[in-house]
Amino acid sequence: MATLTTDATRTGRAPRRRKVRSASRPNWLGGLAGWLWLGIVIIPIYWIVITSFKSQDTYFSGNPFAPPTSPTLENYRLVVQSDFPRYFLNSVIVTIGAIVPAVALSFMAAYAIVRSAGKWLTSGISALFLMGLAIPIQAVIIPVYLIIIKLGLYDSLMALILPSIAFAIPLSVLVLSNFIRDVPKELFESMRLDGANEWRTLWSLAFPLTRPALVTVAIYNGLAIWNGFLLPLILTQSPDKRTLPLALWTFQGQYSVNIPAVLASVVLTTLPILILYVIGRRQLLSGLTAGFSK
Amino acid sequence: MTALAPPVVRGPTTTAGGASVKRGAVTWMALPALAIYIVFAVVPLLGVLVLSFTTWDGIGSIQASGLTSWRRVLTDPGLPHALWVTFKIMAFTWLIQTPISLLIGVFLAGHQRYREFLAALFFIPLLLSSAAIAITYKALLDPNFGLGPGLHLAFLTQDWLGSAQLAFAVVMFVVSWQFIPFHSLIYQGAIRQIPKSIYEAAMLDGAGRIRQFFSITIPQIKYTIIVSSTLMIVGSLTFFDLIFVLTEGGPGDATRNLALDMYKTGFQANLMGPASAIAVILVLVGLFLALLLQRLGGSLSESQLEGA
Repeated sequence: MATLTTDATRTGRAPRRRKVRSASRPNWLGGLAGWLWLGIVIIPIYWIVITSFKSQDTYFSGNPFAPPTSPTLENYRLVVQSDFPRYFLNSVIVTIGAIVPAVALSFMAAYAIVRSAGKWLTSGISALFLMGLAIPIQAVIIPVYLIIIKLGLYDSLMALILPSIAFAIPLSVLVLSNFIRDVPKELFESMRLDGANEWRTLWSLAFPLTRPALVTVAIYNGLAIWNGFLLPLILTQSPDKRTLPLALWTFQGQYSVNIPAVLASVVLTTLPILILYVIGRRQLLSGLTAGFSK
Repeated sequence: MTALAPPVVRGPTTTAGGASVKRGAVTWMALPALAIYIVFAVVPLLGVLVLSFTTWDGIGSIQASGLTSWRRVLTDPGLPHALWVTFKIMAFTWLIQTPISLLIGVFLAGHQRYREFLAALFFIPLLLSSAAIAITYKALLDPNFGLGPGLHLAFLTQDWLGSAQLAFAVVMFVVSWQFIPFHSLIYQGAIRQIPKSIYEAAMLDGAGRIRQFFSITIPQIKYTIIVSSTLMIVGSLTFFDLIFVLTEGGPGDATRNLALDMYKTGFQANLMGPASAIAVILVLVGLFLALLLQRLGGSLSESQLEGA
């Protein structure tokens, strides 16, 4: 996959340099912090995974860090039977349903802002989007709840999709317009001379050139929406509209004593993201920072 | 790799500047994004201010009630407490995460193979939802069924979420566990962009590692430190999911920050008016902090700050 592109080099995956560093003394403090942190990160994760394969009684009797002597899928069966496939599907629908329009609309808006730079109207629009970076979703959740009720969307997946799109737009427009600005003016000019209108220029020139940024923005927002908790908590009610984070919470409320089952639900809901991480680690990591270390 | 190469340019690349063919209008392309953004972000921002002057139980009709909600919120001792908790969380978030993230960032910036591998493991917490992380730690710290009783370790077998101090410490630990990888990742990227020649020159001058860190690394990534600090501080203002699932603001109201105070007032006590007033305060505090941090970073050029 030719995925290692602009944004990857931006986060510093620059060509490997000569081994200048290794000639210097080792960084003991950094090394210590690094290995210590590895333990802090890995130990809970290890515990989650092994415990999720233990039966409830062996969990209580044995050493919590020993791998299960007779691994069982019982916990996973309980999780799957508790309607998790449905919640998984809901999460997929909400994430895809929000991220595709969010990225497409942000891309168009970013293009418009860059292409008509200097006009007062687009400057105003651009400033309005920038302001959005400072609006926390928690602070406006009450009016969003009211609007969703008024639109008759309460307790539907659409109620989660629409605000998710809106709150993905400001950062996406900012990142994408920075990338579109990097496209050489001459290319736009030659498109124009070829008689292409703006709509065609958008898709056949700007789109391919900013694809890495589009992927970055899609990953960053996609992960935030996939893991989102507040919107489903407030805007849905019925069990069959739950997305995974909310389902995890209610499952834990129901089975709090059955720790292996609770941990199996955590593993199962994280698995899809973990698989994506293994496949496209660099893309995902550069997507996570969305150009913050640019 | 191919995406970076500019496509072959057909036709003349240089044109006479005078050829003023009218450009097609593009402003309309911003309108769909603008519409949905206005309906679900700008209108709610104004709406929350309007709602703070009303009385509403979340179901029935909304009645204008002047300053009732504000009077209620401003005289409630819960508000200074929630502000204090929010401030404590913010201060500790920054004080704990910045030095550790910097250290790990420096460590991960090295190009050794094993560090790449470590980095892959380090970033796993970034993928988990706050709900999943909170649930895991709730199970892990359970005084009856968690890790402590399993290992028969007395100091791990405490009622972690039952005492105010311990619960606060747990929240700070879990927040660090969740967010330090993100900030390390930002620092790693920034540190790798520092030209190696600066370090080489410093080494020739006999500067040690610590000297290099303070005289080269820190000044070179000053901008990134400000971005990371802004994200930490403004982000910590709105911690909700994690605290909600972990402690629900408890025990008592030991971990009830502004966001939780707003949620509980609005969606549990059904007082949407006062909850909106708290939300307005949340917005104001956030704006104040963002402007303050921008002022602190004022010496940096405008164009750099745009990236934040």
